Amino acid sequence: MSGKDLVLQVEKVNKSFHDPITVKVLKDVSLEIAKGEFVSITGKSGCGKSTLLYILSTMDTDYEGELRIDGEPTRLATKTRLAHLRNEKIGFVFQFHYLLNEFSVLHNVMLPGLKLGKKSKAEVEQRAMELLRELEIGDQALKGAHQISGGQKQRVAIARAMINDPLIIMGDEPTGNLDSRNGEIVFGIFQRIAQEHKRSLLIVTHDQDFAARTDRIIEMDDGRVVGSADRA
Amino acid sequence: MLLLIEIAVTLLRAKLRQSIIAAVGVMFSIAMFVTLLGFMNGLNQLLDGLVLNRTPHVRLYNELKVSDKQPIDLVRFPGPSTFDAGPYHIIRSAKPKNELPRLRNATAIMSALEKDDRVLAVSPRLVAQVLFNVGTTELNGIVNGVDVMKEVQYYKFKDYLVEGEPYDLATGNNAIVLGKGLADLMEAKIGDLVQVTTASGDRSMLRVVGLFQTGIAEYDKVQCYASIKTVQKLIARPSSYYTDINVKLHDLANAPSMAREFESRFSVQAVDIRTANAQFETGSDVRNIISYAVGVVLLIVAGFGIYNILNMMIYEKLDAIAILKATGFNGRDVQRIFLLLSIIIGLVGGVGGLAGGFALQKVIDNIPFKTEALPTVTTYPIDFSLKFYIIAVTFALLTTWVAGWFPARKASQVDPVEIIRGK
Repeated sequence: MSGKDLVLQVEKVNKSFHDPITVKVLKDVSLEIAKGEFVSITGKSGCGKSTLLYILSTMDTDYEGELRIDGEPTRLATKTRLAHLRNEKIGFVFQFHYLLNEFSVLHNVMLPGLKLGKKSKAEVEQRAMELLRELEIGDQALKGAHQISGGQKQRVAIARAMINDPLIIMGDEPTGNLDSRNGEIVFGIFQRIAQEHKRSLLIVTHDQDFAARTDRIIEMDDGRVVGSADRA
Repeated sequence: MLLLIEIAVTLLRAKLRQSIIAAVGVMFSIAMFVTLLGFMNGLNQLLDGLVLNRTPHVRLYNELKVSDKQPIDLVRFPGPSTFDAGPYHIIRSAKPKNELPRLRNATAIMSALEKDDRVLAVSPRLVAQVLFNVGTTELNGIVNGVDVMKEVQYYKFKDYLVEGEPYDLATGNNAIVLGKGLADLMEAKIGDLVQVTTASGDRSMLRVVGLFQTGIAEYDKVQCYASIKTVQKLIARPSSYYTDINVKLHDLANAPSMAREFESRFSVQAVDIRTANAQFETGSDVRNIISYAVGVVLLIVAGFGIYNILNMMIYEKLDAIAILKATGFNGRDVQRIFLLLSIIIGLVGGVGGLAGGFALQKVIDNIPFKTEALPTVTTYPIDFSLKFYIIAVTFALLTTWVAGWFPARKASQVDPVEIIRGK
């Protein structure tokens, strides 16, 4: 895979939970994700795939090993630096939408952009509207976040993840809570993001059909990567 | 920072009712604090004024007393013996020598005092014992010969004058202002003539031009005021004859030390206001301490209200905190958001409280309050001093900051992974 731009590099990551007894949940996990790659992580419940995702997201810092995002080592970075890294380079989509109900749809999308502060408020707003229109929910922009349907909420979350043009979008079961029609729409959006926007995607899912259609499937079992298969 | 304020305000608006309740708590305590202190201090000033307004900071006078050194002390006996203390004497019931109670060298002392930077005002006084002849009976009286305009300017003479004008007393020939109690005894009214007998037996007629009332009955039954010239004429003394010099200082605190200084410098007796009225300050201090204590307790209670509401809000907003952190807001940002929430509540409540406090003070200031003792007071006294408003707002912000700090810190330490995975 040399020669490609690596967005994410993981070297020998180990992690244990200590409560109530010490259990090793990740064992020597190493992987790399290149620019524009659409990768899924699958495995049984409790195999450590979500745990791995939260380490890769930089939110969980309690692990051993090395994680590089866009070439930058994060092992010893401060929490503030990590927050900035997440803000600028990583977008998130969770199983449960996690929108802020107090804010409008548009404002929810804008918040990470305003936090980054690289663009003026008007520019961020314009970009947010573009994204919402692209995801065909532009007409919902001024509604409250609690007033729209589940499928729409997930699309808003995707728009929010995209607002700072991150290098990689991570998702934890992003279609797990959606019906098949909305799941299909979300998958379609992810595919477009990878192909048209050239963003990397790393999606944790136990949906085999979903995984089968991604560029690469990383299969985990009992804390280890047991297989990595490119799509035929 | 602007973004954080926006987020804080949005969160507040989503919890408008609870936020308003918290703000009302702060508002209430600030209003009470301001009102309580304003009222308490108004009363203090009123009561202190009873003494302070009328009393010179230092009074110089010449007390007629037996000389410390009797003539016999000056006699040197030839001392034959070095073994005993030598001859001694005992004189019982020594009498002061026949001397006028005048302040010697008064004019020179006054001009020296007027040059002193620490001195605000110097006014001479001539006090004379008299008898008022009412029909066949005689009433004791004390006529204070004063520089009327200085009394008005520095001792609030006008406030105690219930009838008549100070100007009439200053300019009128043989004019006198009687104490209300004394005038009632004599049934004297403005324009009446009263007959006065001095200690040396001279009689004269004085015209009543006003009545005063200090609120101290014993005082009002005996004391009268006249101009110095009138009194000098009354007791047939020259124009440089004064019995007292009253000194008002810029700083009351200097009074005791300056009294001692004047005593030795001018070889006169001097008494300062602190020594003469030691008890009144203690009362003011205790009242002040009590009102501050009550006010501070009110604010602390309001602080607990804010603490509670913020704590609840954080539990309700764990999701929001997690998502903010996941999308790139760091712990400090989250802490600031919740601290801002608290400070906004404090500010809104504080400003409302100041307005409420001012309104309450206005109401109290208009409640009628009549008392014999205080002729010029018609409503309850309030001290509208800005000081209390500043203390209240500072303290309100401080309490809300502290009350907000702990919940905000807790919010900043929320682990987003735990919240997101816990779902």
